[in-house]
Amino acid sequence: MYAFGYHRPGSVADAVKLLADHPDAKLLAGGQTFIPTLKQRLAQPSDVIDLGGIAELRGIRAEGDNLVIGAMVKHGEVMRDATVKSMIPALADMAGVIGDTQVRNRGTLGGSISNNDPAADYPGAVVGLGATVITDRRQIAGEDFFTGLFETALEEGEIVTAVSFPKPVAAAYEKFRNPASRYAMVGVFVAKTAGGVRVAVTGAGPCVFRLPEFEQALSTNFAADAIQHLNVDASGLNADIHASAEYRAHLIKVVAKRALAKIR
Amino acid sequence: MATNGIGSSVKRKEDLRFITGSGRYTDDIQLPHQAYACFVRSPHAHATIGSIDRSAAEAMPGVLGVFTGEDVAADGLGGLICGWMVKSKDGSPMKAGPHPILAHGKVRYVGDHVAVVVAETLQQARDAAEAVIVDYGVLPAAVDVAKTHDSGIEIHTDIPNNLVYDWEIGDKAATDAAFANAKHVTRVELINNRLVPNAMEPRAALGHYDAGMDAYTLYTTSQNPHVARLVISAFVGIAPEHKLTVIAPDVGGGFGSKIFIYAEECVCLWASKKVRRPVKWTADRTEAFLSDAHGRDHVSVAEMAMDENGQFLALRVNTKANMGAYLSTFSSCIPTYLYATLLAGQYKTPAIYCDVQAYYTNTAPVDAYRGAGRPEATYLLETLVEECAKDMQLDPAEIRRRNFIPKDAFPYQTPVALQYDTGDYEPCLDKALELADYAGFPERRRQSEAKGKLRGIGFSAYIEACGIAPSAVIGSLGAGVGLWESAKVRFSHTGKVQVLTGTHSHGQGHETTFAQLVASKLGVAYEDVDVIHGDTSKTTVGMGTYGSRSLAVGGEALVKACDKVIAKGKKIAAHLLEASEQDIVFQDGNFSVAGTDRSKSIGEIVFAALVPHNYPPGLEPGMEETAYYDPANFTYPSGVYICELEVDPDSGVVEIQKFTAVDDFGNVINPMIVEGQVHGGLAQGIGQALLENAVYDESGQLISASYMDYTMPRADDLPSFVVHTTAGTACTHNSLGVKGCGEAGAIGSPPAVMNAVADAIGTRISMPATPEKVWRALQKTQLAQAAE
Ligand SMILES: Cc1cc2nc3c(=O)[nH]c(=O)nc-3n(C[C@H](O)[C@H](O)[C@H](O)COP(=O)(O)OP(=O)(O)OC[C@H]3O[C@@H](n4cnc5c(N)ncnc54)[C@H](O)[C@@H]3O)c2cc1C
Repeated sequence: MYAFGYHRPGSVADAVKLLADHPDAKLLAGGQTFIPTLKQRLAQPSDVIDLGGIAELRGIRAEGDNLVIGAMVKHGEVMRDATVKSMIPALADMAGVIGDTQVRNRGTLGGSISNNDPAADYPGAVVGLGATVITDRRQIAGEDFFTGLFETALEEGEIVTAVSFPKPVAAAYEKFRNPASRYAMVGVFVAKTAGGVRVAVTGAGPCVFRLPEFEQALSTNFAADAIQHLNVDASGLNADIHASAEYRAHLIKVVAKRALAKIR
Repeated sequence: MATNGIGSSVKRKEDLRFITGSGRYTDDIQLPHQAYACFVRSPHAHATIGSIDRSAAEAMPGVLGVFTGEDVAADGLGGLICGWMVKSKDGSPMKAGPHPILAHGKVRYVGDHVAVVVAETLQQARDAAEAVIVDYGVLPAAVDVAKTHDSGIEIHTDIPNNLVYDWEIGDKAATDAAFANAKHVTRVELINNRLVPNAMEPRAALGHYDAGMDAYTLYTTSQNPHVARLVISAFVGIAPEHKLTVIAPDVGGGFGSKIFIYAEECVCLWASKKVRRPVKWTADRTEAFLSDAHGRDHVSVAEMAMDENGQFLALRVNTKANMGAYLSTFSSCIPTYLYATLLAGQYKTPAIYCDVQAYYTNTAPVDAYRGAGRPEATYLLETLVEECAKDMQLDPAEIRRRNFIPKDAFPYQTPVALQYDTGDYEPCLDKALELADYAGFPERRRQSEAKGKLRGIGFSAYIEACGIAPSAVIGSLGAGVGLWESAKVRFSHTGKVQVLTGTHSHGQGHETTFAQLVASKLGVAYEDVDVIHGDTSKTTVGMGTYGSRSLAVGGEALVKACDKVIAKGKKIAAHLLEASEQDIVFQDGNFSVAGTDRSKSIGEIVFAALVPHNYPPGLEPGMEETAYYDPANFTYPSGVYICELEVDPDSGVVEIQKFTAVDDFGNVINPMIVEGQVHGGLAQGIGQALLENAVYDESGQLISASYMDYTMPRADDLPSFVVHTTAGTACTHNSLGVKGCGEAGAIGSPPAVMNAVADAIGTRISMPATPEKVWRALQKTQLAQAAE
């Protein structure tokens, strides 16, 4: 680690001000990605602003048909929370397959989506459910939030405060783990929502994406059979020592079918 | 006493401190005024070093010194050595390039140690290391062992084709003749994947030069501190041996990777004298991936000649072994004397020939890793045997049974130098078949098929050679050291015992096993025995721990020391009991006059020896006995492993359903520790078969240099093992009848897994059997079937 200044503001407003005052500052949430990055000297922020002291970033609440989860809510909380389990059980399932117990007890929703690791699970749920990302200054549709590899729509100094997930009719998440990292090599979130069927794929490409052909086929029949005849194009998918693009394309269908099979 | 003696599963003494975090590892040791080292490492696989500009680094806060290969050369230090001279077919010695402790003129792999910064704090050392400017002239890299010969790349000056040696063993003419007359020949081409050892504790070193005493102390993560002392003094030349203490305190796993003498520990010791401060270095995980010696990395072709009944007539093998960029301490003997000599396996194959070409590449050095050569031999042979069974349409158990060395053929001289003293292979096979419920496999396969899964079963019948010896023989084969072991048993006034051993425990549980042994032999309380190891200033000279040698060699030395205690005790007892020495018998801790009830306990005898008021005239006081033991032969554990697994054809995922391991380890001191050793070995072997792979790209960058990409086996990757140790065949040349169990699991398991995968999917793939590889193989067979 390089030396940096440390701040622990008590409100989002104070955090925003600190960010404005220190242009080379970085936010710290659960630290599961950021701390290792610092330790490996891959980042050299002038200041670190710890969001851990901000009460308004915590909490899970139902707002009508929406489930609003604070940016600093940990994966473990989402996995165990009764409101999440009753409104969107698929989201609790998704949180439960992130990393391991230690990671789930530190890593946060805000940190995960702001980092936008192509292999992260949350982007699948945010896009798959058609959720809205709420920041200190605006609301961003989930689909517009994830813009590319480790890229988001967040502006300089903008802070994610919560995500609002609309309650779907039915939804499920299935993940094929990278054998080494256990992140998603392919993760598919399927949801039948008020606005139609959504299929979001994470892990397979440089950034989460939807599969319109699958969505269309599933609109008339929301079951694994409906996509049996479809194939996924491998072009543009990730390739690494664990899986080629072709294999990932194949897995997307296998995993999508498994997700659909979970919906009774 | 009996409850803690030989044969009982005593809980491990050392675990209390390990589990409660009170272990004392190298990095836990803090010396006053300690400074920190950070190494500048090569980002290139192959490059010339032009100038090194250290001025900026030297000017940075806290920096005590920046040293490079030029300083090493200026101080006249020697380099790291490879301690086993292997000769090529033509009699010429192997070609070993220099291995300086800081690179001189050239770097040869990513992670090569170029310079060191010593500073007041670790952060300052790191900061300054980033400011050292090295002018690299990047050269093309040779990475793949199969291509290095013709790459046109010269890694070491005057070593043509990067060929270290071209070695052979066995009777080529007889083998070729048997092939000419064979009814059938089965052939396989195999890659044995490169592995990173990944001990939980990374390597660390703390060097301390004491100017007042003109003495050196090195705390280091070593499996053999005396060998480290020898190499550092006699070859690197940093300190004279009598002025150097090497201490390997608690060591958190080695698996071979901490046998070797590495640059970093030498540099810390040397730099300590230069800056007149203790100098500490602890590898981070990335450094461990890049610079710990790796394991395996062979490319082989193997052929078996058979008669019409599947009897093996001859085995012919060619292997190309990747040695990495430098020859690590014992690297040369791994793909030769610890590999090809094992190719007879459990079979009476009459003729065997193997030649091995060892190559330099621009990768991390490769050396012994759990099993060291023997897993490579077993993987090759047991894969080939399973393919032979398939070709001859024989049951894999049956073809093995037909070719086993019969029980009455021991001692058995193999065609590849080794002589097995004892063994009996069929009982292990029978037990494994029973425990694995082999008879029920077809039904289980049907059940899997009904669920849309492919089920497979695979065998492996391994042989291991442990406790490499005798010294005279290995010396004649090129070893630079003797492989005896030493032990000392020292009593104090109160009858407590200190056992000093030259072996080193880094997870094996010697503090328990050796205490059990001494308690049994001398009839003292198990709790009264303390085992001391890992400090050259305390223990007798020793050769350390590797190759499953600690009990078979070190334990036997301990028995010999106990025998000396008993012999001396008899003299004292005869005096005290006014009997003749010949009439004294020793049993269960008592010296008694045969046929009488007159006796003295060992405590009384020891007290008499240390307070010799009434004592045999002329006899030395004290009770402290040392013994050295040089075994007559290796020991030969063996076993049969059966793996049963399911493949999901949709995703290619392999799931092990059952793993049965039946081993003959000879006599066993602590069955629980033995079972634990087998479990760990199985985890590593299954890891190699399904998960682990060290991958370099074409430019020589290690792509799998973190746990994000290097797949370590986790608990949920493994089934609950069925482990059974047979009554076995006791080793004939040590009094304990023990063989060694540390590596068996890692040796026997990879072929069992891969044979099961092949059985499930109907074709053979290379390790690791990743989901994608399995899926692709299935795609291919489906396409082929569709085309038919
Ligand atoms: C061993 C391990 C295994 C893991 N496995 C998985 C897995 O299987 N699946 C998965 O999805 N993830 C996995 N993760 C990632 C983990 O779950 C976290 O989601 C992730 O590390 C980021 O969350 P964090 O709270 O730790 O954020 P941090 O590491 O603290 O921050 C990450 C980035 O986001 C920024 N940031 C944080 N909060 C905000 C905010 N509110 N507004 C704007 N920017 C913000 C930070 O500045 C930083 O750049 C794993 C991590 C580890 C260490």
